[in-house]
Amino acid sequence: MGSRRKWIQLAVLAALIIVLPFFFPSSYYYRVGALIFVNALAVVGMVILIGYAGQISLGHAGFAGIGAYACALAPEYLGLHPGLALILGAVTSGVLALLIGRPILRLKGYYLGVATLGFGILVSMVLTNERALTGGPDGMSVADPGLRGMLRDLGWRLSVGELWYGVSAIALLIGAWVALNLFDSPTGRAMRALHGSEVAASTVGVDVARQKLRAFVISALYASVSGSLLALQNGFITPDVAGFMHSIEMVTMAVLGGVGSVLGGTLGAAILTTLPQVLTIFAEYEQLVLGAVMILVMIFLPQGLLPSIARRFRGRDE
Amino acid sequence: MKFTSSTAVIALMAAAMPFAAQAEIRLGASVSATGPAAFLGDPEAKTIEMMVEEINASGGINGEQIALTLYDDGGDPNKARTFATRLVEDDEVVAIIGGSTTGTTMSILDVAQEEGIPFISLAGAISIIDPVREYVFKTPHTDRMACEKIFADMQARDISRIGLISGTDGFGASMQAECKEVAGDSGIEIVADETYGPQDADMTPQLTRIRNTGDVQAVLNAGFGQGPAIVTRNYAQLGFEIPLYQSHGVASNAFIDLVGAEAAEGVRLPGTALLIADQLSEDDPQYQVTTDYTALYRAKYSDEPSTFAGYAHDAVLLMADAIARAGSTDPDDIRDALEATSGFVGTTGTYTFSPEDHLGLDLSAFRMLEINDGDWTQLD
Amino acid sequence: MDALLQFIFSGMTVGAVYALVALGFTIIYNASDVVNFAQGEFVMLGGMITVFTYMAGVPLPLAAVLAIVATAAVGVALNKLAIEPARGAPVVSLIIITIGASILIRGAAQLIFDKQLHRFPAFSGDAPLRVMGATILPQSLWVIGGAILVFVGLWLFFTRTLTGKAVLATANNRVAAQLVGINTNWVMTLSFGLSAAIGAFAGVLVTPITLVSYDIGVGLALKGFAGAMLGGMGNPKGALVGGLLLGLLEAMTAGYLSSQYKDAVAFIVILAVLFVMPHGLFGSKSVERV
Repeated sequence: MGSRRKWIQLAVLAALIIVLPFFFPSSYYYRVGALIFVNALAVVGMVILIGYAGQISLGHAGFAGIGAYACALAPEYLGLHPGLALILGAVTSGVLALLIGRPILRLKGYYLGVATLGFGILVSMVLTNERALTGGPDGMSVADPGLRGMLRDLGWRLSVGELWYGVSAIALLIGAWVALNLFDSPTGRAMRALHGSEVAASTVGVDVARQKLRAFVISALYASVSGSLLALQNGFITPDVAGFMHSIEMVTMAVLGGVGSVLGGTLGAAILTTLPQVLTIFAEYEQLVLGAVMILVMIFLPQGLLPSIARRFRGRDE
Repeated sequence: MKFTSSTAVIALMAAAMPFAAQAEIRLGASVSATGPAAFLGDPEAKTIEMMVEEINASGGINGEQIALTLYDDGGDPNKARTFATRLVEDDEVVAIIGGSTTGTTMSILDVAQEEGIPFISLAGAISIIDPVREYVFKTPHTDRMACEKIFADMQARDISRIGLISGTDGFGASMQAECKEVAGDSGIEIVADETYGPQDADMTPQLTRIRNTGDVQAVLNAGFGQGPAIVTRNYAQLGFEIPLYQSHGVASNAFIDLVGAEAAEGVRLPGTALLIADQLSEDDPQYQVTTDYTALYRAKYSDEPSTFAGYAHDAVLLMADAIARAGSTDPDDIRDALEATSGFVGTTGTYTFSPEDHLGLDLSAFRMLEINDGDWTQLD
Repeated sequence: MDALLQFIFSGMTVGAVYALVALGFTIIYNASDVVNFAQGEFVMLGGMITVFTYMAGVPLPLAAVLAIVATAAVGVALNKLAIEPARGAPVVSLIIITIGASILIRGAAQLIFDKQLHRFPAFSGDAPLRVMGATILPQSLWVIGGAILVFVGLWLFFTRTLTGKAVLATANNRVAAQLVGINTNWVMTLSFGLSAAIGAFAGVLVTPITLVSYDIGVGLALKGFAGAMLGGMGNPKGALVGGLLLGLLEAMTAGYLSSQYKDAVAFIVILAVLFVMPHGLFGSKSVERV
């Protein structure tokens, strides 16, 4: 992928982010948009882990949980500003990913799956059980980072929805930019080499363990920041954010949209985030439809939505 | 996909607009009809729909029909917040009912407070109404009240040392914390404190631990769903001879069916009048409301309404009553009327709201029940 | 002492439930390298269909057989409609398909049945058996016996029957299997049918103990998956031992340490085992998957 392609992708993303609000009939749509971007940020991390490096994780919601609760706990107990708490959460997630990554990433396939699953469950269990600290399953409030007030002082009046639409969009753009740069970097190429074949990658001199660990830590950072942003915009957080279903959701969004592609992952996040909103009229059938969509996409577009569609278009061009 | 569907909805709405203009009251609801809290939310959703239909069939409120928008948040606080935003911003409702769990309630109440929309929650935690929030009310008893009711009954039986076993779900954990907090004031000492996961299949290890703690005089199980049914069956299996107390979380006939009359014999729990509607005497203040509602629910869904369904019933009627008295559909007027509610008889109890009290129930609304021969006996 | 025995009984009961779910994973995994995340839904279907046919007046044994047959049919349909058309897709896509199937089956179950908890009577009554001061329900013996029965059946199937060997051959190398005349499509159909039937059988056995509702599948699949991985995926012995071990670990932790962190201890042990033995207790080293 040349650097032109990278900028085209970023431009498409930015254009969508800017143009879409002109079609929003109410500020509720900003909320949905913000959720899409926050989910997409975590999914871009999964694209790096699964799509670039070929590793699976069924426990990344654990990192999202750490990011989210950092933003809830640090302001309350350490008096830290919520914005700094986000960084603290990311550092914690990164260090933790570094520590557990080395032994865990020696495992392959489903064994890696169950190990990461175990990690995610441990995090959500601590958040659920340490009620005195975290409020337990009922959750806890997250302090307002005061961004709205700050912007108001600068003469910029934004609604809650608009504010978080903007913040999440910027976070996603930065995340996408980093991921796209990584793709073309020597590190990215090394990661992608081990996706193809670890044996082959190691024979051409790729430090397999190190590249896997890198992808794991980077994706953990993405998940953590995504969790933090979710906590900050919701103002309230429960252990669900670290739950198994959230981990599965991340993987599904990534795979559905196209696991090797940043834009594809974003598309996957957009579809799975809006689906429940679109299906409210048939709420009873929501799970039925969601399951069917997942199956049908994987049967007919096994590479995920975006890459499959792109391939079809390219095929026509040539 | 999103756009085509929303355009379709807008087109539909535009078509319907001339007829419905003004003459409708937009009521919003977000409950957990699916997901881990479906046990609570499913009968709540059914009840909200049924009661709104009832009100509309009998001419609406002040001649205006209620237009209900009901969402299923699946028990996910994140979704609940999105739906609350949608209700306020997109559906432009004037009042919200819902929040089956404490987590979803906390998400919704933020939006309600921010936008100034009256909201009646269906969840248990005391933190919802303490401190009082301007726009937030709730219909269920607090978990603390359930603990106090149970402890009072224990004291009357000279029980002072108990074992506590709770589910790790929101309901169980909240009640566990509340009971531990008020135990001292009620002269109860919790000498064993065990938990189980909401989907666990066997609780005999925890119960064995409680039994081996020494002179435990009774066991209290805080939880809802399958856990308490399994605890009760394990209790019988282990041959405990001390009394077992359950919480209002399992106050339903389904509980007795699941456990079996034999294992459930002698279990005590605080319940609402709704559960014993068939046994109430005609001069009981709650006789009319509970029998009417039970008959309606049975006729429509051929099932028994649960205590949780009763919370939703009361919430709808409280809101309808407030809107009728407010004589307007302005959210602030509705809120003021709601706060002025006095002596409103519901299935759960008699509500009297005030600026200091947004729950408006006292302990008298709880009735101590005991299971005998597979049926409920009222003790007080 | 009687406490220890009680913990063991509890652990065996719960462990046998996990083992039954774990055993259900093995056939499909052996035939296709796919961990079928809809396995928990098969268990749920076994329980729910039995409950509803039983409530409709069908005698319990017949209701159970009907449930197993119907669930096996769902398994075959899953293979025909979702797995076979996706032939050649990467394994991660197949995982998403089975997760999708699990969501779909759950969604259908809540529409067809209901969202309430259900139970039917235990096969041999509820009178507990007393052994040295500890108690166990007769139904627990049914579950433990069922797990052992399925294990022996599977073991014989894979080692003694031509069909079982054909399943293993298909997993090893589909093209080679076809070349030696194995109808691999038929093997896949059979695998899904059998796995679903085992799941439903588990559902029938455990419902009197665990109760059943439309959404119990996820939790069961999670624990069954963990048990299977602990033992080594694909190996019936691993599934049985892994499942039982997981149950015993939970019961011991709840009994002696803390009931709050019993699941945590279970997962920590799994992690520790996998660090030392990356393919589980009985997993083979030769196969590299995903």
